[in-house]
Amino acid sequence: MNDLLQFLSFEDPNTRYVVTGTVLLAISSAIVGSFTFLKKKALVGDAVAHAVLPGVCLAFMLAGNKNPVYLVVGAFITGWLSLVIIDQIVARSRIKEDTAIGLILSTFFGLGIMLLTKIQHSGNAAQSGLDSFLFGKAAALVGTDVIVFSTISIILLVVVFIFFKELTLIAFDEDFAKSIGFPVRRLELVLTTLTVMAVVIGIQAVGVVLMAAMLITPAAAARFWTDQLKVMLLLAAIFGAFAGVFGAYVSYTAPAMPTGPWIVMIISIIAMFSFFFAPRKGILYKMVKQRRIQKKIRDENILKMFYQLGEVDGDFFSSRTSDILAERRELASGQLSSGLSRLKRHGYLKSEHGSWQLTIEGKNKGQRTIKLHRLWELYLTQYLHIAPDHVHDDAETIEHIITPELEAKLEKLLEYPDVDPHMSKIPYES
Amino acid sequence: MIQQVDNPVLEVHDLTVSYDKKPVLWGIDLTIPRGSLVGIIGPNGAGKSTLIKSVMGLIPLGSGYAELFGKSLDEVRDQVSYVPQRGTVDWDFPASVMDVVLMGRYGKLGLFSRPKKADREAALTALRQVGMETFVNRQISQLSGGQQQRVFLARALAQQADIYFLDEPFAGVDAATEKAIITLLRKMSDEGKTVIVVHHDLQSVETYFNWIILLNTRLVASGPTEKVFTQQLLQETYGGKLTLLSEVGNLLKKGEFPNREKTI
Repeated sequence: MNDLLQFLSFEDPNTRYVVTGTVLLAISSAIVGSFTFLKKKALVGDAVAHAVLPGVCLAFMLAGNKNPVYLVVGAFITGWLSLVIIDQIVARSRIKEDTAIGLILSTFFGLGIMLLTKIQHSGNAAQSGLDSFLFGKAAALVGTDVIVFSTISIILLVVVFIFFKELTLIAFDEDFAKSIGFPVRRLELVLTTLTVMAVVIGIQAVGVVLMAAMLITPAAAARFWTDQLKVMLLLAAIFGAFAGVFGAYVSYTAPAMPTGPWIVMIISIIAMFSFFFAPRKGILYKMVKQRRIQKKIRDENILKMFYQLGEVDGDFFSSRTSDILAERRELASGQLSSGLSRLKRHGYLKSEHGSWQLTIEGKNKGQRTIKLHRLWELYLTQYLHIAPDHVHDDAETIEHIITPELEAKLEKLLEYPDVDPHMSKIPYES
Repeated sequence: MIQQVDNPVLEVHDLTVSYDKKPVLWGIDLTIPRGSLVGIIGPNGAGKSTLIKSVMGLIPLGSGYAELFGKSLDEVRDQVSYVPQRGTVDWDFPASVMDVVLMGRYGKLGLFSRPKKADREAALTALRQVGMETFVNRQISQLSGGQQQRVFLARALAQQADIYFLDEPFAGVDAATEKAIITLLRKMSDEGKTVIVVHHDLQSVETYFNWIILLNTRLVASGPTEKVFTQQLLQETYGGKLTLLSEVGNLLKKGEFPNREKTI
């Protein structure tokens, strides 16, 4: 806890550096990644992330030290090269994009690991810490590193801002963009370059293996919460930044721990949370909505049952015991009793001494459901020429969703018929 | 029956297009007069969409060229509008109706400048023309098929072009939308705009269009509806592919031959 407070107080200038660096690069990769996500090129980020490793190693071998500028240039070259090769493979052979990505990703990463191993056995003292590029080490972001990486992050954000309209258009409708004369190839090149740059600056903190998560996961999580692109970008940036700060904290308190996995865990938890709990798109929301519909159907069926019993004995308002009700319709007993008390709560039923009777509102609601059921059966036989013995099941569902507007249309279309195909009377409000 | 006209708005000259070496359009030569409402008709796989895509420069040409207003596409882009098939974009994209219609202004805006108030007004006018003005802020994921098509049409109208290419605008739309769209297209054609439509439904061809292109890999006919929409020509279009032609096409694909001796 003290660690956390000390970390959050930013007393240590090193902490400030690390946090600023991680947050900036998390934000820029989340924003750039949002566009690759919308373009459905999520895997491209993964390929680049793995392909920068040989570049980092080669740059180190040539320069003999870990100057961030050289490493960035090296990473940029091989990352970019991998994308060019993927493009060429797809354009010139029968190999599809997913296969090409798989091929290139593993080839470049394999090469990177070979070079890394060679460097580690070379006896060059400067190489220590180079392996943190695999899984990331946010705490290693110090001094000139932070300045270089933060500058690049800010450049990335500015470029996205300038190209916002163009990047959005090529993600939504490429053919249209071409048709109005936009240089689509060159704009794609811009997006590719942005992706490579985001990866290059991200690997120090997250590592090449897991870098793709920083590009894709914030966007995927943000998409659950909004339908507006600008809001989505903002949310992706916030999610990314949050994961970044957390990663920096872990790296600060437990220097032996690689940062990448922690950052990825946090951002993945945010994504999972969004997946389950986001309004409208989340699983939980959909489940609750389904349950509400089920309840509505059950309640209307119970009222319908009361009405049908009333039709039989000519008295809609006489009391019925739950046993009689249970006989008429297959319903789990818990569902029947909870439905009955809910209907009472809502004023559709009254109860006395364990038996139940309709209120006026309850009778009207049951009657409307019956009416819709029978109207729909008639509509199906007359307009879809479905046999009368096949229309009941369909009407059982449709009776619950017909709106008052459709109800009026249906009545007019069928000219207020008296009976349904089974000669049951269609009840109208008096 | 291929009728050529003087001073055409669209001229397609000796156009051949291949996918994977196999020609899907073979030696197309046609001209279209200004102000016509044109239907491109033919069976599945006849190359209808390919024809307008190649005019719009979206796919590489094997041979030949297309000219609009006697000029190359790049010189007259401002006057040309293209409506892709509705299914080619992801309607789950985070955008509102207004966002999409505003894209129709991007060509005039050029790179890097943001839409201005005047562009929003133009977009609103376009939405009014297709009867979607109450949907301005609606998310596109919430639209029905017919509404999506209207939004696409509004985007095209916002371009204020002189020639319009529409790829299957009537596919999968409700009857009310179909009627609204054809009324609008007629009005545009009355105002002197040329409208070229890839169309599927033979039943409505005669009432919808005043110029017809019959296509089945090769050009079967191009001319005024009353001259072209005949039993005999339709039979020729829909009576299967020319067997010899498709066999040669398959040979080209198998042998990886270029379909013209000189390729660039």
